[in-house]
Amino acid sequence: MWNYTKKVMDHFLHPRNVGEIPDADAVGEVGNIVCGDAMKLFLKLDESGTRIADARFQTFGCASAIASASALTEMIKGKTLEEAARITNQDIADFLGELPEEKMHCSVMGMEALQAALHEMNVGPKPAESEPGAGGAYDPDGLDRTVCYCFSVTERTIRDVARANDLHEVDEVTHYCKAGGGCGGCRDDIAEILADLWKQDETQDKAAEAPTEAATGPETGTLTNLEKMMRIQSAINDEIRPALQADGGDLELVDIVGDRVLVRLKGSCAGCPSAHITLKRWVEARLRELVLPELNVEEA
Amino acid sequence: MPDDPEVVYVDNNATTRVAPEVLDAMLPFLTRFYGNPSSIHTFGGHVRRHVEHAREQLAALVGAAPNEIIFTSCGTESDNAAILSALESDVRRRKVVTTRVEHPAVLSLGKVLQQRGYHVDYAPVNHKGQLCLDALCRMVDDETAVVSVMWANNETGNLYPVLEIAEIARQHGALFHTDAVQAVGKLPIDLRKSAIDFLSLSGHKLHAPKGIGALYVRKGIKFNQFLIGGHQEYGLRAGTENVPGIVGLGKAAELAAEHMAEEQTRVRALRDRLEQGILSTCPDARVNGNPASRLPNTTNISFEFVEGESILLLLDRWNIAASSGSACTSGSLEPSHVLRAMGVPQTAIHGSVRFSLSRFNTAEEIEFIIEKMPPIIRRLRELSPYGRHGRPSRESTAPEK
Repeated sequence: MWNYTKKVMDHFLHPRNVGEIPDADAVGEVGNIVCGDAMKLFLKLDESGTRIADARFQTFGCASAIASASALTEMIKGKTLEEAARITNQDIADFLGELPEEKMHCSVMGMEALQAALHEMNVGPKPAESEPGAGGAYDPDGLDRTVCYCFSVTERTIRDVARANDLHEVDEVTHYCKAGGGCGGCRDDIAEILADLWKQDETQDKAAEAPTEAATGPETGTLTNLEKMMRIQSAINDEIRPALQADGGDLELVDIVGDRVLVRLKGSCAGCPSAHITLKRWVEARLRELVLPELNVEEA
Repeated sequence: MPDDPEVVYVDNNATTRVAPEVLDAMLPFLTRFYGNPSSIHTFGGHVRRHVEHAREQLAALVGAAPNEIIFTSCGTESDNAAILSALESDVRRRKVVTTRVEHPAVLSLGKVLQQRGYHVDYAPVNHKGQLCLDALCRMVDDETAVVSVMWANNETGNLYPVLEIAEIARQHGALFHTDAVQAVGKLPIDLRKSAIDFLSLSGHKLHAPKGIGALYVRKGIKFNQFLIGGHQEYGLRAGTENVPGIVGLGKAAELAAEHMAEEQTRVRALRDRLEQGILSTCPDARVNGNPASRLPNTTNISFEFVEGESILLLLDRWNIAASSGSACTSGSLEPSHVLRAMGVPQTAIHGSVRFSLSRFNTAEEIEFIIEKMPPIIRRLRELSPYGRHGRPSRESTAPEK
């Protein structure tokens, strides 16, 4: 049983401002039913167009998700857009007294819905949830790349959430934005992002180079075709399939053509909406790490 | 509210209330008869006789000989001890076959065994949670040390054909273990007529207290100690006996045998009434599991477009205690591994509620739950961007591209 504060329970049992605004000036939508929670925030501005006259929400999710959304609408009503843009997830948690650590992502979802709505009106920072390259956004650092495919979390979101909430551990990041809470395949990635983020912060010196990856990568260019095939086969059988099987999935090696590895997804992988991502992101990364950096994995 | 001002408890697959007769049987061993059953004196010897009587009571419930029963601390210990013992018995066999829907006591051990270099296969289930027997048969071979399949699933109540699978394991010279924690006391079990080598059970699932379990080890099967130390339990499980727990489990086993018919009739009728009552009043609800082959006390219902923790907390307002396979209730971010293995649709997997009854439930309680459920679901759907008063807008449920 979660230890919810009285205020969380109050906003869960008696949520304020539930529903839609048919002629809303902006709608912010985050999450989806696959992830287990989702929120839609409707904003209506006053006549001057600078102040939030009304805010309503719809939430699919647990008690803290509903309470966070309810709290958010109460907090932003009457505020100017600039004031609203400054609201953080911690402000939502503070308003509710406290949220369990594992439920902090509910407050982050509220903040993201608000940012998405404000972004529609060109106010505040770029919303964290937007898809890579959405609207042709300029992204020179590649921060809009998705890190966690289970819950669609970008590197930008991870960095923003970690910096705003002083997060140093991967588990903390998972609690705040869910990244790493599914298959766990991106946990190393998150650890690297955190290390980089806080190192940058410490030294303020990007010149302090991290050791280059090439030094630790597998040897290249020295494999015969036969060696390559055998290594790919054993990597798939010993490393990749057991991990997929543990989650109900499976995969079959169909062919190897040059550096193209053709596979067929089986078990619960077949038909899983995120399977192609698993393929590119995880299977390919493992094969590149274990066998050859040039490998490309494709579905047969 | 029902006459009983206390909780409406429909979470009996999580744990059960201690039967009053069980408590009465235990109390003397917490007060007057505190002797150590291993002691040489009359005072300890008296306690020993009660431990052995409990062993007989429990053996009778599952159709075993008393010396085939080892008392343990819980179901998890029994599961771990059986599987590890099987692996130790024939070190040339490096393979374990189990299923995707096992309890974590087996699944997590499987993961650890994989890390230790064993090959572990997990047999899949279909959308009703039925085991794909062909797939399992293909996994079992002459390298297999042990096959472990639960008798009944804790989340859905689904029953698995363990008698048949035990025969298959035997044909390949593999040992067979079943986690029967949810089955014992609810179904007639006669181990004499089976090829089952190990069976795990737990006291607190059948109205005995927590902290006592047992493992059946077929006569003639080598058992390698899990807890190493003194000579208790025929030298197979060291540690001073949990005498009150053992006596309580013995009494609970005797009571379970007496009430077996009631589980199959009265409890089953209550469960069926609850299920039918909810399905007929709550739109977009579906049963997870296989109604044709289920425990008589369990129903697992998914309410589409709402989330399980919210349902449980609103039920809790009426002092109704149930559980959910939703991610949020456990603090993990993924919903139940059982429902995922079954491929329960994404619209329904987060909104599952498990009701598990016992012989202590009354018809009045069941009607109370049926009355309270529809407004709870309606209320959450009104909050949800996905449902509209029970009429889902399906086009809005597609995951973001």
